[in-house]
Amino acid sequence: MSHASGELQSARRVGIDPHLSIRHYDPEADLMLLHFGPQHPSTHGVFRMDLHLDGEIIVKATPFVGYLHRAVEKLCEKLTYVQQTPIVDKNDYVAPMTNEQALNMAFEKLLNVEVPRRAKWMRTLLAELQRIASHLLWLGTFTLDLGGALGGGSTLFIHCFREREMILDLFEDLTGSRFHYNTHTIGGNRHDLPAGFGEKAKKALAVIEARMPEYVDMSLGNGIFVARTKGVGVLDGDLALELGITGPVLRASGIDHDLRRDAPYGAYDELDVKVAVESGGDCLARAKVRFAEITESIRLCRALIDGMPEGPINGYKPIRQATMVKVTGGQVYVGIETPRGELGTFVIGGGDTPTSPYRLKIRSPSLHALSAIPYIMPGATVSDAVAILGSLDPIMGEVDR
Amino acid sequence: MNGLVHGAVYGAVVISALLATIAIGIWFERKFAGRMQSRLGPTIVGPVGLFQPLADVVKLLQKEDIVPKDADRTLFDLAPILAALFSLGAAAVVPFSATAIAADLDIGVLWILAIGALMVVPTFAAGWGSNNKFALIGGMRGVAQSISYGVPLVLAVMVPVILSGSMKVSAIVEWQHHHHWFAVWPVFPGLPAFVIFYLAMLAEANRIPFDIPEAESELVAGITTEYTGAKFVLFYMAEYVHTLVGSAVGAALFLGGWDGPFAPGLHWMVLKTLLLFASVYWVRWSLLRFRSDQLMELCWKKLVPIGVLLVLAAAAWVQFVPGGR
Repeated sequence: MSHASGELQSARRVGIDPHLSIRHYDPEADLMLLHFGPQHPSTHGVFRMDLHLDGEIIVKATPFVGYLHRAVEKLCEKLTYVQQTPIVDKNDYVAPMTNEQALNMAFEKLLNVEVPRRAKWMRTLLAELQRIASHLLWLGTFTLDLGGALGGGSTLFIHCFREREMILDLFEDLTGSRFHYNTHTIGGNRHDLPAGFGEKAKKALAVIEARMPEYVDMSLGNGIFVARTKGVGVLDGDLALELGITGPVLRASGIDHDLRRDAPYGAYDELDVKVAVESGGDCLARAKVRFAEITESIRLCRALIDGMPEGPINGYKPIRQATMVKVTGGQVYVGIETPRGELGTFVIGGGDTPTSPYRLKIRSPSLHALSAIPYIMPGATVSDAVAILGSLDPIMGEVDR
Repeated sequence: MNGLVHGAVYGAVVISALLATIAIGIWFERKFAGRMQSRLGPTIVGPVGLFQPLADVVKLLQKEDIVPKDADRTLFDLAPILAALFSLGAAAVVPFSATAIAADLDIGVLWILAIGALMVVPTFAAGWGSNNKFALIGGMRGVAQSISYGVPLVLAVMVPVILSGSMKVSAIVEWQHHHHWFAVWPVFPGLPAFVIFYLAMLAEANRIPFDIPEAESELVAGITTEYTGAKFVLFYMAEYVHTLVGSAVGAALFLGGWDGPFAPGLHWMVLKTLLLFASVYWVRWSLLRFRSDQLMELCWKKLVPIGVLLVLAAAAWVQFVPGGR
């Protein structure tokens, strides 16, 4: 193992070419191959990395996805348009609201349906609440990765869950469901805001805002957290663009890109979205971006509650049968900014039956974020691998679909 | 012969007391962690969940004893036994009161350091013997860690030894009883030495922020990945014993041991030990984990130079300050 380490010290600085076989760097095959996952506490679901280790330093990291494949896209070709919303809820199970929003926005574009203003504002409000809930869960699981399930990490984890719970309660008030809402539908929303929703939401936001300094103290303000994340997993902005990475990971690498501001949908054209950008590109920068996004989302939510217009919540004809929505042709792509980045839905209408799409493709931001692993992990230690994976915030349900 | 009987009786008493304290300690930790995390902790088994540790042990003992294929059977079986043995061993020289000492060795401090350093053997034996890559990495980390914290630990412990002029733990406590606690005075070598000792104790007991060989979010369970049932119980117990005995040693060497007003010495010693023990869990449930190389950097680049300085300061204090000893 010893002769490889001299080579490795330089690999740590310049990085190795992930396209080359491990045999190129390790002809004698004396590096240790560690199967990291699919059953591992810190792989955020069923995800596997093959790590070639020199001691504890990673020489080559190869990600493997597909353990959670449920053929969602194929299923959508068989189901009718209205039946698909609850299916895509299960894709990104940490932010289901934005999943169904993306899908229904694509169908609306395909059908040329105008969404009423109130529905747009409601969707945006739900998306921003979902962003807060999703980022809170990310913070909890990230510190769990850094600190362990039997330590300070789990303390912050459970605190984050406590706050996320308040947002799930709001969604339950609205839809009757805590997780898989099925509230977006073609042309608008299925459920109107219940009485007192705005006040309850504002109360929850005030609690979250008041507790944010505690989280900052326990993470960004904590020396160990900074030591574990600063300079770890540095992702270059150009490489991030080349890999198609979007969302907080891209913004942490210094690229100022956010669909909410750059290609506004919903109510964003009437709001002024401040985009958080960091230049570090490391795990710490990704954490800072997400913290800033929670604060920004709290502000947006307040503005959305205050400015919520009156009016109808659905602009499409009442759907009485699942087979009522018919499309004969055309293809559309709609991308929205979910908590993880650009979630795209590409639909080709028509096909064998007019009631279901010919093809439906989901572009999931998590899959693209994972594609950075072979580039940014070599040179890091096994401990860093966990931190890097956590900072990319992948949701396997969305990666594998 | 008398000494043997004395040692055997006190040893049995101390070990039973330690194990009972640990049962309560586990309950306390779970309650404490629960309150920190705005939940209740155990509530079901027994009054306020008091019998939860007992239920845990019964559950763990029922588990099937699995030995991995191609494991080094000798090392694999020996490691948990050695871990329990070495962690209990240091308790032999801890004075719980002026008379309650299992073995009042003249080289008590050396015994504590030596048997503490031996913990690396079961750690690496478990890592190597398990035939598991996660366990192997955990074992490697354990060796690196124990070499790193060992040196500052020795240097920190040298401070009370130099100040009191004895390696006998009871004599060190006696000296503090007559003069002052070393964590309080002299402040310069005393208090920083206590802090270094505390950090090294966390590292030796594999507690966050230094639970690097176990690191369950990185290495599944590190060295204990392949252990089940009774063998896992031994490792689990060894960790807690280590923390508890380390707290007792810290209380004796730096916090005046049995010294204290109004109450019998034993009460004071137990109180100080438990406060240190509780503080370990406070730290554990608040902080994140260091990386292996960061621990080494902390130990070698910061704690060792400071420790050398402290030893020199302690020597200077004894030499130049009138009434320093």
